[in-house]
Amino acid sequence: MTTGAPVAEAARFAPGTFAPAPGRGRLGRMLLTQARTETLLTLRNGEQLLVTLIIPLALLVALCVMHVVPVPEPRAGSATARVFALAVLSSAFTGQAIALGFDRRYGVLKRLAATALPRWLLVAGRLTAALAVVAVQIVVLSVAAILLGWDVPLSGVPWTLLLLLLGTLSFGALGVLLGGSLRAEIVLALANVVWFLLVMIGGVALGVDSLPSWLATVVNLLPSAALAEGLHSAVVDGTAPGPGPVVVLLVWGAAAAALATRTTRLS
Amino acid sequence: MSPNPPSPAVDVSGLVKRYGATVAVNGLDLVQQRGTVLALLGPNGAGKTSTVEICEGFRSADAGTVRVLGLDPATDGDRLRPRVGVMPQGGGAYPGVHAAEMLGVVASCAADPHDPAWLLDVLGLTSAARTPYKRLSGGQQQRLSLACALVGRPELVFLDEPTAGMDPQARRLVWDIVRALRADGVTVLLTTHLMDEAEALADHVVIVDGGRVVASGTPRELTAGDPDDQQLRFRARPGLDTRLLTSALPEGLVVREPSPGGYLVQGLIDPQVVSTVTSWCAQQGVLAEEMQVAKRSLEDVFLELTGRELR
Repeated sequence: MTTGAPVAEAARFAPGTFAPAPGRGRLGRMLLTQARTETLLTLRNGEQLLVTLIIPLALLVALCVMHVVPVPEPRAGSATARVFALAVLSSAFTGQAIALGFDRRYGVLKRLAATALPRWLLVAGRLTAALAVVAVQIVVLSVAAILLGWDVPLSGVPWTLLLLLLGTLSFGALGVLLGGSLRAEIVLALANVVWFLLVMIGGVALGVDSLPSWLATVVNLLPSAALAEGLHSAVVDGTAPGPGPVVVLLVWGAAAAALATRTTRLS
Repeated sequence: MSPNPPSPAVDVSGLVKRYGATVAVNGLDLVQQRGTVLALLGPNGAGKTSTVEICEGFRSADAGTVRVLGLDPATDGDRLRPRVGVMPQGGGAYPGVHAAEMLGVVASCAADPHDPAWLLDVLGLTSAARTPYKRLSGGQQQRLSLACALVGRPELVFLDEPTAGMDPQARRLVWDIVRALRADGVTVLLTTHLMDEAEALADHVVIVDGGRVVASGTPRELTAGDPDDQQLRFRARPGLDTRLLTSALPEGLVVREPSPGGYLVQGLIDPQVVSTVTSWCAQQGVLAEEMQVAKRSLEDVFLELTGRELR
């Protein structure tokens, strides 16, 4: 049944229903809501879960149990260091880049940029979500590693956390650089290819010392090898990483972030 | 409170936007008073979305000035955005996010948002609240996008093609919401290529084509046209002598038969003319059927101004 427009209107919305009361929400609540949503989206996405948790877990088990790839003793500790680096590479770089590519495709950045959310908070929210996902990965992988015989050197824990933070920031900036400017399909392809290359010859699955020396020199300058090497000191020996890996991570991260601020587009 | 009258809600003058060699907006002027509904009407590619996105602060202007609620969207975005609701063309959300989660994220950005559950219910999205965005239908995505535009209780909303892809029932709902917004003092700037939408909702219609304003005014002003140039249409047996009928009518009126059995009287139509036509037909032993005095539609106006159909 249809009635006249004014009647329908009166019945539908009481006067004052849409009376303006604009204003910006609390910064903490905005950050928390955005970060929580993005974390949940990652953790319930099947493909993301495969790359952030299943593959690192599988590699951890393979490196510890199967003797196909040369891994220095103590085997479980060395494997753990490499798999922590893989976890950061997978989620902060590959996962981030692909998610950003498709988020742009689906217009979410534009949607959020049209709200009262300040731009810096848009970045902070993504960063917080990336750190939250890495935290989940590290907890799960640590439990598995301990079960597989990783002897945790307590003196290395602060260094491990610091390196994971630095690695997440550096790889996150690289992920944003890749995911923020190209078409979603190209991002998907490139992010996976780069991930595969870095895992195979970037000092993650295979140690740098297993590579030919000419290649090792180059690979040592990659962020993947730097993170794996730094983590090896902290996770196996419980000592501070040398300045080399830290500098490599800082330079890659800073360069990527500087470039990304110019190239990243909302849609 | 303020001694000065409030600035217009939207004030655009001499706006130019180019994409490479293409000029999307070419010296566009537009003023919208607060609490009114303005429709930017024009075909695809007329420059509507570019204009709106410059007002929203998403794009920069190549020339001209833009003030929204008295602020420059290019430099004062942080102060402007909390006061404005935006429904971008084609919506926007994380591909895997549930409808309710997305509305929650946008609601968290506002100081005193509407209850998201209520808004989902109003827009008929309660059953889709836990559906991932990419699995929503086009119409559902549009409704979620509208919810996101409204949840922060804005004083000004930009709706870019708000009813695109919606079924008639949802379209009706959007119209009711726009009317309710206006009644509550919210300023609404919408773009559309649907004449009936502009005629039904807008206080002020700005017709754009090729990046310029080709006409603007109230729907009544735009469709009133020349009072001496009205039309009376009726149907009767084909082949009536139109010269005879013309001579029976007051001077200045012309009768034609553009299609067999379809007659058109042009000139100043008053009740006397209608009565004369009816009785003349009766004298010929025919019944004048489907008699109507035609009002110009915005579609006619657009056709006259540009020589092209709106769609």
